[in-house]
Amino acid sequence: MRVLAAMSGGVDSAVAAARAHDAGHDVTGVHLALARNPQTYRTGARGCCTLEDSRDARRAADVIGIPFYVWDMADQFHESVVDDFVAEYAAGRTPNPCLRCNEKIKFAAVLDRAVALGFDAVVTGHHARLGADGELRRSVDDGKDQSYVLAVLTRAQLDRAVFPLGDSTKAQVREEAAARGLAVADKPDSHDICFIADGDTRGFLERRLGSAPGDVVDGRTGETLGRHNGAYAFTVGQRKGLDLRVPAADGRPRYVLSITPVTNTVTVGPREDLEVDTVTANRVIWHGAPTPVECDVQLRAHGEVVPAVVTVEGETFTARLRTPARGVAAGQAIVAYRRDPAGDAVLGSATITVGSRSAELVR
Amino acid sequence: MAYLDHAATTPMLAAALDAYVAAAREIGNPSSLHAAGRNARRLVEESRERVAAVLGARPSEVVFTSGGTESDNLAVKGIFWAQRSASPNRTRVLVSSVEHHAVLDAADWLGTHEGAPLSRLPVDPSGRIAPATLAELLERYPDEIAVVSVQWANNEVGTVQPIPELARIAAAAGVPFHTDAVQAVGQIPVDFAASGAAAMTVTGHKVGGPVGVGALLLGRDVACTPLLHGGGQERDVRSGTLDTPGVAAFAVAVESAVNGQEEYAKRVGALRDDLVTRVRAAVPDAILNGDPEGRLPGNAHFSFPGCEGDALLMLLDAQGVSCSTGSACSAGVAQPSHVLVAMGADDDRARSSLRFTLGHPSTAAEVDALIAALPGAVDRARRATAWKTPRG
Repeated sequence: MRVLAAMSGGVDSAVAAARAHDAGHDVTGVHLALARNPQTYRTGARGCCTLEDSRDARRAADVIGIPFYVWDMADQFHESVVDDFVAEYAAGRTPNPCLRCNEKIKFAAVLDRAVALGFDAVVTGHHARLGADGELRRSVDDGKDQSYVLAVLTRAQLDRAVFPLGDSTKAQVREEAAARGLAVADKPDSHDICFIADGDTRGFLERRLGSAPGDVVDGRTGETLGRHNGAYAFTVGQRKGLDLRVPAADGRPRYVLSITPVTNTVTVGPREDLEVDTVTANRVIWHGAPTPVECDVQLRAHGEVVPAVVTVEGETFTARLRTPARGVAAGQAIVAYRRDPAGDAVLGSATITVGSRSAELVR
Repeated sequence: MAYLDHAATTPMLAAALDAYVAAAREIGNPSSLHAAGRNARRLVEESRERVAAVLGARPSEVVFTSGGTESDNLAVKGIFWAQRSASPNRTRVLVSSVEHHAVLDAADWLGTHEGAPLSRLPVDPSGRIAPATLAELLERYPDEIAVVSVQWANNEVGTVQPIPELARIAAAAGVPFHTDAVQAVGQIPVDFAASGAAAMTVTGHKVGGPVGVGALLLGRDVACTPLLHGGGQERDVRSGTLDTPGVAAFAVAVESAVNGQEEYAKRVGALRDDLVTRVRAAVPDAILNGDPEGRLPGNAHFSFPGCEGDALLMLLDAQGVSCSTGSACSAGVAQPSHVLVAMGADDDRARSSLRFTLGHPSTAAEVDALIAALPGAVDRARRATAWKTPRG
């Protein structure tokens, strides 16, 4: 196959490209210039995440012995990922930009361009497996598994994806990188959102959305407990930074339960009120398993997995959780997995619209 | 395989390589007083004389440098500083809008760090500067302009500028005129004295010499403040131990390129004309950029409507055809070329362009290879432009 390896400059994508090359594919490395980062580049629209990452990727491609190019995807990235990120927060939801980037950039804009240019598939360094049947499965490395942020991909997108790392742990990948003479072998993992260089998400949102003061209210009594400078700065389940003037009667900490953009209100309450046992979601990707189905669901990246019964009816995805979950935020993905010793398989995913409490849970 | 990127760098001539290796085997710092030093100095000075002789300069006007970028920086900044210290009103820097970044960014740096007001000379759609526009600017800012810099020929589209005419206008206004002749030497007739320029940039690796050596031809009466301070070599304008093997090989290459220029222009020009004709036949809507007549013999530069230049480059690369979307310095990320933008091209036309440049070793078989690969690559690249529309 002629494959295009998306190379971020990190260790995973470098080893993925090298393995694809070893497997006999005709591999071309491409670094995606995604962020407009004037601190590292004098003229702006060049280079994500830094010039150094681009050089690392180029050097890795040279060591592997494959051609390498930089594709400037800054405009598409800003439109589909950064603007969406800001708009989602403005709408009171909590987006996952890595997921959006996979959906709209790596396996859409990049894949489309690659296919048009004569490539058969896109290779990435994601930690996930693709079964022989084309099913997306978890990596053998539970701690590094990225199937959650890939579950948004359609079958057509997955059919053009190659994930060479799914059978390896991160430690094995690093070891292999060192053995291959790839200098990125001990490069630290990236955790932060790549377009927020200083890691200050609240500051980033403030600069784009401005200040929008509103009330913080008690979820049970409706009493106003304090003021905030912008509801977008809060996430369901958040405890710190609430700055409440009225202490709780029982002295226990309070958590963000929900955000209501229409009234610009942040609703808070005790920890147990965070618990939900029903999750409703839209923008459904479902790979065809009959529902209702007993399965596991994951409600955020690296979050816990809970048993549930999932029903998909048209554009609506409903999960009845067997055990209540906390901190279920609108905008995050809910991913349904079928338990499997060969790697839990993704049945489908959707975007959470609301988490609610059934009569049993409210009691 | 077809290497069609000689404007980026061209192979060393065998004679230049021999000269390099022979000199590299010897010991001796040309500044030393002993016999070994004298031997090295002799080689350096003979090289200086050879370069001067073929480029119409006096030996004392040849300042060896590390190449084009250094020579351009030395000319623009050095002459600016010297002019300003002699007459504090002379702070304006005037450059053409199609200069190489080595000139443009040096001028911008003076603007940012030295408060120099900048003016850019516009070009017509073929990339050519009208001498009247220079005269006009010199009249508009009497006694304000410190230095004028206009390249002899453009590195992207190959358009040749009327340097003697421009230099004469600048000289009449009493303003030092620098020209970057990196792309011109060996391609078209270049004579420093006859041009009337105050300073001229030349580099080795575009004429079959090594990378990392070049010269600034600097008129003897042109004041120039050094960038590099130290041992006082090269008239005190450029300190640093002279690179004897580099200088020796550079001189051989320049001499050979200039002496062979006429024959080269005939042979390579004919090959280039063939390339242009066949590209147009293969891709009928391809647009030839630059001056159709007044251009470098080895240069062909096209826009391929509906294509992204970087996609085309990648597809041709995969077929063994090496070319460029612009100057190698901006390679890597797709930026619309400032040269094409200055020529009035819109963003799409600028981004859809590719440069093919021929050199000494170029053959008809390489043109054949390009023509064989091009139509398929253009078709594919056109299909790939759909990626620009984000979906969903």
